[in-house]
Amino acid sequence: MSQYRVLPGPEHFLPPAAASMGIRLPNPGEGHINGVIVPEEQAYEEAARQFLMAKVPTIFPGPLVLWAWNEKAAKKATAIKHLYETLKECVTPQQQAMLIPMPDYRPKYPKINPEVEINPNHPNLTIWHNKIDCCMFVGVHCHQANLSLKIIRGGTSCYTIAMCAQAGHEDAMLSFRDASVEKIMKLAEWVRKLKGSVTVSQFVSKSGSSN
Amino acid sequence: MSKERIKIAPEFFEIMPPEYQDLVNRATYGKEDRGWKDIGTAKELIEEHSLCAGCPESMAFRYILASLPNPEDTVMVGSTGCTSLVFPHVAVHNIHSLFGNQNAIASGLKRALTVRFPGRIKDVVVLAGDGATVDIGLDMTLQAWFRQEKFTTICFDNELYANTGGQESGLMQKGFVAKMAPVGKMFEKVRLPEIARESGCHYVVNCTVSKPSLVEKVIRNAVHVAREIGPTYLQLYTPCILEIGKNSMEGLQEMRDSEKPTERFAYKEYISEPAKQLLAEIAAKEKEKKAAAKEQLAAQQA
Repeated sequence: MSQYRVLPGPEHFLPPAAASMGIRLPNPGEGHINGVIVPEEQAYEEAARQFLMAKVPTIFPGPLVLWAWNEKAAKKATAIKHLYETLKECVTPQQQAMLIPMPDYRPKYPKINPEVEINPNHPNLTIWHNKIDCCMFVGVHCHQANLSLKIIRGGTSCYTIAMCAQAGHEDAMLSFRDASVEKIMKLAEWVRKLKGSVTVSQFVSKSGSSN
Repeated sequence: MSKERIKIAPEFFEIMPPEYQDLVNRATYGKEDRGWKDIGTAKELIEEHSLCAGCPESMAFRYILASLPNPEDTVMVGSTGCTSLVFPHVAVHNIHSLFGNQNAIASGLKRALTVRFPGRIKDVVVLAGDGATVDIGLDMTLQAWFRQEKFTTICFDNELYANTGGQESGLMQKGFVAKMAPVGKMFEKVRLPEIARESGCHYVVNCTVSKPSLVEKVIRNAVHVAREIGPTYLQLYTPCILEIGKNSMEGLQEMRDSEKPTERFAYKEYISEPAKQLLAEIAAKEKEKKAAAKEQLAAQQA
């Protein structure tokens, strides 16, 4: 098993792909935390804990759920909104839960507006601008999520969670696989369950995230 | 993509950037008689772009995107150049090809779309500069025409390599001195419209983009002919104001000066016999539709 751990950055300007460092993807029913394979239940608890610890816990929904292109996508959108509402309810007034879309994958020139969107080619801008210290990707095509997660790990100290509908992401600090409406709702349940039992991080680093 | 699928999940509508909300609510996808006159009243399919102020290419882009007959089922293929800075802001499917490869990519794409979506109209439109079309990509351009591939090729002819600082291109006029071609062009401008005609294009037009109604007409004709009959080619003069020493207000006049009868962008059109027949049929149908609408209006008023 690899000794490498997928930890919050900033790691390098170009961090190595976690897969190339020996991190493997979880099997069905599992997740990974920092590159270590764990039972899925443990991943729920840790993801909820990270959300509740963060000053600015944020969900980044991607095009696969932003657009109601089939019934399943529409249901996932409802579940994600529910998770966001739950987060808002469960955080303290000092914390600020955010929901920022990733509507497009194409690099935008001359710039994106980091207050209203995130772009996979320079996700660090949105993270820095909003001082996001924990984020979850959901509904983002895998190749764009990989790119984005690696850039975030390279240039920020934000904790990244991937709610992946396929096989998961090595480059996230915590990854689920086979994301479904049920799994998103379950994460919301875990957030509610841990409400009040987690201490919020006090320190905010220059790269916008708390340690 | 069908228009019904272009719908934001209601839960996320409020958080989507306003340009995407506008595209869903006020763009002209699915509108049969869309055209340049929608500019200013409907959401355009081009967002704020990064081209220079007053760039005629940006005007051309806006007219073309407003005139495509079927934007939700159109894929545009671009190439390296100023246009590639614009494509990320365009709400039509597009592919960026390697420099010069655009007609080869479009050939495969058009064939794949025909197999994947039988019985459905899928238009492919290549949009590239003169360097990609006539110099580096000439092989691919011509071979696509020889093979009678059913898509439209649009060349934004600014008569040099503008994006890289003003090198000589095949479409540059003889004797022209550019920043990186100080000796001056020693050969004649390549006569690509004539070559296109001889290579099997069924609809060929050489013009400027000074008149939006003309651009609309030639775009619609070119797409319809390519859809039904075979390759079409449009050569549109979009001068690079920076590289020819003009300021931002002079682009339009430059085009007007270049389209005079004796000038190199005097309107030139070639239509093959089958294309003529098709365009006549389309015109007749439109005429019928207009007459019916007029009658209906008169009946309502009576």
